[in-house]
Amino acid sequence: MSHVDVPVYRPRSLDEAVRLRAEHPEATVFAGGTDLMVYLEAGIVRPVAILDLWGLPELRRLRSVTGGQLYGAGLTCTDVIHAPSTHPLVRDAASTVGAAQIQNRATLGGNICNSSPAGDTLPVWLALRAEFELMSVHGTRRVPAAHFWRGYKQTELRPYELLVRILVPPLAGHMHFRKVGTRMAQSISKVVFAGRYVPGVDAALAFGAVGPVPMRCPAAERALVAGARPAEVAALVESEVTPIDDVRSTAAYRRKVAGNIVRRWLESR
Amino acid sequence: MKVQFTCNGQPVEVEAAPTARLLDVLREDLRHTGTKEGCGEGECGACTVRIDGKTVMSCLVPIFQVHGTAVQTIEGLGAEVVHPVQAAMLAYGGAQCGICTPGLCLSAAACLEEVSHPSREQIRLALAGNLCRCTGYQKVVDAVAAALGQEPG
Repeated sequence: MSHVDVPVYRPRSLDEAVRLRAEHPEATVFAGGTDLMVYLEAGIVRPVAILDLWGLPELRRLRSVTGGQLYGAGLTCTDVIHAPSTHPLVRDAASTVGAAQIQNRATLGGNICNSSPAGDTLPVWLALRAEFELMSVHGTRRVPAAHFWRGYKQTELRPYELLVRILVPPLAGHMHFRKVGTRMAQSISKVVFAGRYVPGVDAALAFGAVGPVPMRCPAAERALVAGARPAEVAALVESEVTPIDDVRSTAAYRRKVAGNIVRRWLESR
Repeated sequence: MKVQFTCNGQPVEVEAAPTARLLDVLREDLRHTGTKEGCGEGECGACTVRIDGKTVMSCLVPIFQVHGTAVQTIEGLGAEVVHPVQAAMLAYGGAQCGICTPGLCLSAAACLEEVSHPSREQIRLALAGNLCRCTGYQKVVDAVAAALGQEPG
């Protein structure tokens, strides 16, 4: 690609970042760049200005609050893999993103905002009923993960907003994360799953890479809570997911794998 | 834009477009051609370098984010005394065509610094982002284990 000299804004505080976002809604927001640089090189994204959030200390904190855990959007996968208090599902998902070189740069916020249907952490936020804090000069609003991804590569984020934090409420239950790709490291998901289950009470069966946006399987979840057998739940999962054929896999394979992941998890408990 | 950083301990200043890849600046501007381009999209690890100690794919790092950091390339690994990983790669036949070798050495060196007494599994994990089409990895893992004073598996 041809590289051009575009303005780069590198705020030193979150306040400055939010102000710069308001002033430059046309700017491409950078975090670790692991997805964006591929798009730039391919000419899919041509920035006219850059707003750089990489290394902003305020976005790189993980802390406990009364409502659960707050993850800074600038935390890298490596940060959350090593933080002792990271939720097991978040750690499992972060561990499957690329390999060390990618995990050292890729951020939680980048994964969420890039909004790839195959984003490895995305089903985790659905399964954990996470909320995303979107900040602008007008204030902060919280959007449930379930409402954030609106369509293929489309999000609830407005041009003057930044995703700054992720709130994970304290939820009990059995948890499971599974990514199926071509190999263990450095592969993009064919199917990615995050599940949470409190017997007889509540269940979340969340998938990525089986539809234009990460999705849950409400009928399968209801059946599971009502006491259906693993094979029955898996059959419902297979009917609810909406995969396509693409370069990485086929719809039929993804459908079968989605069901199998759930069946094996439920049988192994 | 002007970007200042240190490369293998030496202060450097380059004039580049902000989205220029660190990989290209290293190879074209600084003539550090030890860093290789493989896939150019962060899949293969051939272009691995370290920024402030952390391994990165230099094809995915825009130069504006390198400002003020310390970069280490293969030219800076074992510049004075051969690094134990490099010595072991030689001794155990861990390199064949050589395209992946600089990246592998930097990932291995980072692993040795970050993990105390890594197991073979941890070594494999640390090298998972570096694809090699020649060796089948066995000799590479043997080499890194040997650099730690472990027996080959």
